Amino acid sequence: MGLRDIAIVGTAQRPSEINSTFTSVELLLPTIQEVLTKVGIERQDIGFWCHGSCDYMSGQPFSFVSAVDAIGAWPPIIESHVEADGAFALYEAWVKLQTGEVDVALVFSNGKTTSGPINRILNLQTDPYMVAPLWPGFHVLSALQARACLEAGVVTQRQMAEVAWRSQRDGKNNPLTLSGTEMSVDELLSQPFTVDPLRAHDCAIPVDGANAIILAAGDAARRLAKRPAWIRGIDHRIDTQRLGARSMIESSSAAIAAQKAGVGKDRIDVAELHAPFTHQELLLRQAMGLSESTHINPSGGALVANPAMAAGLARFAEAAESVFSGSADRVLAHCTSGPLLQQNLVCVMEGE
Amino acid sequence: MSEADGLMRLRLPIAVTYNWSAGPNATSHLAGLLEGKLIGKRCPSCLSVYFPTRNGVCPKCARILAEDVTVGPKGTITTFCIVNVPFLGQKIKLPYVAAQILLDGADISMQHLIQECEAEDVRIGMRVEPVWRDRSEWGPSMENIEHFRPTGEPDQVMGSESGAS
Repeated sequence: MGLRDIAIVGTAQRPSEINSTFTSVELLLPTIQEVLTKVGIERQDIGFWCHGSCDYMSGQPFSFVSAVDAIGAWPPIIESHVEADGAFALYEAWVKLQTGEVDVALVFSNGKTTSGPINRILNLQTDPYMVAPLWPGFHVLSALQARACLEAGVVTQRQMAEVAWRSQRDGKNNPLTLSGTEMSVDELLSQPFTVDPLRAHDCAIPVDGANAIILAAGDAARRLAKRPAWIRGIDHRIDTQRLGARSMIESSSAAIAAQKAGVGKDRIDVAELHAPFTHQELLLRQAMGLSESTHINPSGGALVANPAMAAGLARFAEAAESVFSGSADRVLAHCTSGPLLQQNLVCVMEGE
Repeated sequence: MSEADGLMRLRLPIAVTYNWSAGPNATSHLAGLLEGKLIGKRCPSCLSVYFPTRNGVCPKCARILAEDVTVGPKGTITTFCIVNVPFLGQKIKLPYVAAQILLDGADISMQHLIQECEAEDVRIGMRVEPVWRDRSEWGPSMENIEHFRPTGEPDQVMGSESGAS
């Protein structure tokens, strides 16, 4: 039996906020209602719900359980949760749809990234024996990686500033993001280092956000969207968690995931890459073999709005929307997880 | 770090500080407690009254709970247990009763302490009322109520109340 055709048929994203006074459930509920309304279906039409979040973001144990209140669990529903970015919840929903048990799934994620010190919180995903007790902080780890890349000559400071400049320029056109400065590449390069060799513009802006995506299989997808974004390939690969045991200057997991997802089979019009640091976007482009003709992160990307645990699913939403609108035919959505691009999920979608 | 029996032990404490926001819905509940009021929320769809307000949404209907409703202060015990087991940090004299209390006008019960009666006299359907701490000790917390005590009113026949509980 072959794989079922599965597509994204609708997306909703909550505009980014800093220090949101809403709870995670209050962030999610209107976003989920928005995507249902956009697609024109009811809660009862959803066969499977899957949520991506991390309790460390809101600082509330089992907050993912209370998030079920945002979707309404009566009459009983079939739902699941991943302690990860919503993009991984989308992967689980894709697998669920492949079983043939359900035809429509709703994936949602949220991240209250600004209620705690995100730099410290993300440290907790490192090896708990040898790395986490040192409290290196996410920016410090990424600075070590950036330094290795610069020394090896795989990226330059100017290329990093160009990524920041392009992301800020495109982010200004995206009402969902909180865009920063309007500096030229040269001006960006004259800014002080925050964690040498990273400057402020090299690091993603943490925000609070939520998003939701509806997936559907076969005829259901054709019924629910004028131009569904069909998933043609999706793959997830993981590098070792031991930071000293893998190369800092390339991402082999991203390269394998991209190859398995079929990235190189044809031209990619738009690639939404989840890169919380400028040098990481450059590493991902190299790993996936993306050419100059691919428009990288027309949304502005995670650099200008990084709701941790929702920023990856946001890439799927942005990529799918460019298929819905007809502005792109073949798109790539990517999510990373763990320290220094440890995990990479790559998805290729096409319009018909 | 200590060494004993050839084993090396490390203490590696972790701590992260958050700015937690109660959200607009729970805020009216907490602000009510500061004034000695018990404020719940009504679902616009199924009309159930939630106290406390959970996450500001009705979990059955997935709707934001917008309307404030004052509940109680009296309520009815829907179930209870008698605690006989001592544990570290215990502040209350054994035996004592932890009960689920359905406040008048609410559709879900909440847990609180029953005092001022013998544990063996507590029963399902018993009517109770809150005993508030001194106002100087109040904060945005259910701890403003020290405990509940019997009112002496006739028992409520359980099952006659409506609601979501």
